[in-house]
Amino acid sequence: MSIILDHVDYVYGEDTTLAVHALNDVNLVIPDGQFIGLIGHTGSGKSTLVQHLNGLIKPTGGSIYFNGEDIHAEGYDKKKLRSKVGLVFQYPEHQLFEIDVFKDVCFGPKNLGLTQKEAELRAYAALKQVGLEDEYFYQSPFDLSGGQKRRVAIAGVLAMKPDVLVLDEPTAGLDPKGRDEILDQVAKLKEETGITVILVSHSMEDVAKYVDRIIVMNQGSVLYDDVPKEVFKHYRELEDVGLAAPQVTYIMQALHKSGMPVATDATTIEQAAQEILQIFF
Amino acid sequence: MLRDITLGQYYQTDSVIHKLDPRVKLIATICFIISLFVVKNWVGYVLAAVFLAVMIKLSNVPFRYMIKGMKAIIFILLITVVFNLFLTPGEVLWSVWKLKITKEGLHTAVMMAVRLSFLIIGSSVMTLTTTPNSLTDGMEKLMKPLKVFRVPVHEVAMMMSIALRFIPILLEETDKIMKAQIARGADFESGNLIKKAKAMVPLLVPLFISAFRRANDLAMAMEARCYRGGENRTKMKPLKYAGRDRIAYGVLTAYFAMCVVIRIYL
Repeated sequence: MSIILDHVDYVYGEDTTLAVHALNDVNLVIPDGQFIGLIGHTGSGKSTLVQHLNGLIKPTGGSIYFNGEDIHAEGYDKKKLRSKVGLVFQYPEHQLFEIDVFKDVCFGPKNLGLTQKEAELRAYAALKQVGLEDEYFYQSPFDLSGGQKRRVAIAGVLAMKPDVLVLDEPTAGLDPKGRDEILDQVAKLKEETGITVILVSHSMEDVAKYVDRIIVMNQGSVLYDDVPKEVFKHYRELEDVGLAAPQVTYIMQALHKSGMPVATDATTIEQAAQEILQIFF
Repeated sequence: MLRDITLGQYYQTDSVIHKLDPRVKLIATICFIISLFVVKNWVGYVLAAVFLAVMIKLSNVPFRYMIKGMKAIIFILLITVVFNLFLTPGEVLWSVWKLKITKEGLHTAVMMAVRLSFLIIGSSVMTLTTTPNSLTDGMEKLMKPLKVFRVPVHEVAMMMSIALRFIPILLEETDKIMKAQIARGADFESGNLIKKAKAMVPLLVPLFISAFRRANDLAMAMEARCYRGGENRTKMKPLKYAGRDRIAYGVLTAYFAMCVVIRIYL
């Protein structure tokens, strides 16, 4: 069970004067059960890339394989693919439409041809998984707060029981508390169900704590693809492409330079604290 | 799919047509449309075709790009053709069961198809070469005399420019919403008409909500900048006719005169 991208190219508006080369020879293997951060500056092609994963966009060059099958081959069941690779878009406003939250979450499973009963069971489970309280279930999704809307949107995709969950900037426009809540919830979900999670973001700070692999995109190409501490070693180069390593990386680098015997590859505040404390004890 | 609608979208490039005063292009488009109904025979249509071809060539907009916009209306075109083909009484050329194609029917069907497609290509030449803003500027200026009759010219022009401005935004939004719903297993393509209409609900609800939200935001932003309509409002770039605009009017008059001559004498 894996997704393989083989020399994927994508050009927007191919035969107009405004053609944009959004993806440039992208090669990736996404095995089961990983927690991946897909990072890039605005316009680096990360949103375009994730839309390839469930076949919403057809690459202008190269191929994509899901579980060994070419997803753009003749007769491939795209609907099934989309239930296996769940993609949650950036703005929940783009997908909420029903009169209440519960019905909205039922939309996905019902499209898969499940009965009303099954769909409702799945919707209930999904809403529980994203940590939405029961009191909101029968409210209009448009009356919810930004963070709650986002939870409902994620639940709407989770209810289809995907093997891979792709979240496109799930924290955009949320305050720090809302952001942490959503990310903690996703991490918990990952822990409990063991699904593959791909988190798209432009902030290293957000994802460093959670993911076990970071893919850095720049101008349509993969710049780095490694575990977080290896990627953050390139913090100078990251700045050149409009990104930055988490703040702790900078602190540890500065401490190291001033002569303190600390390792510089801490990626979270907790690790950094431990690293610093061990000098004194 | 939806992005293919080129009607009402500006194509950025440099050309003589792009540089013309929007008033010239507006009047020319209206004249061209009228001329399509003035001429009644093949000579006239050939003239119109030549005129249109020259305009497209001068506009530097790729013809393929322009044709893309036609896809959206091909359905309307087909209905018109089919109805005219089978329902015009006259000399029967070919018949099967209750359907018969008449000579007159064939004639009108072809004429209608040509007329409609020219009409649409003609107006898309205008919209592809004129930014929505200058288009409404031109319209406002042209309709100014109507102010005497208490027609709110500025307000109408403002509404038009807002509406035009929002077409690409809403199209893009529709595309995004469609993708979001397809990702949830929605199916917009298969099924019969009723099923297809039902499938539109998950698309239309978010679209309407976002349109209202945008309208609200825009109204707020305009109020915040003390917008209060056309009273005493001056323009940063007032429209002025240049030499090429006069030449364009000359060409247009010549074309229209030829159409009238063809109508009367041929």
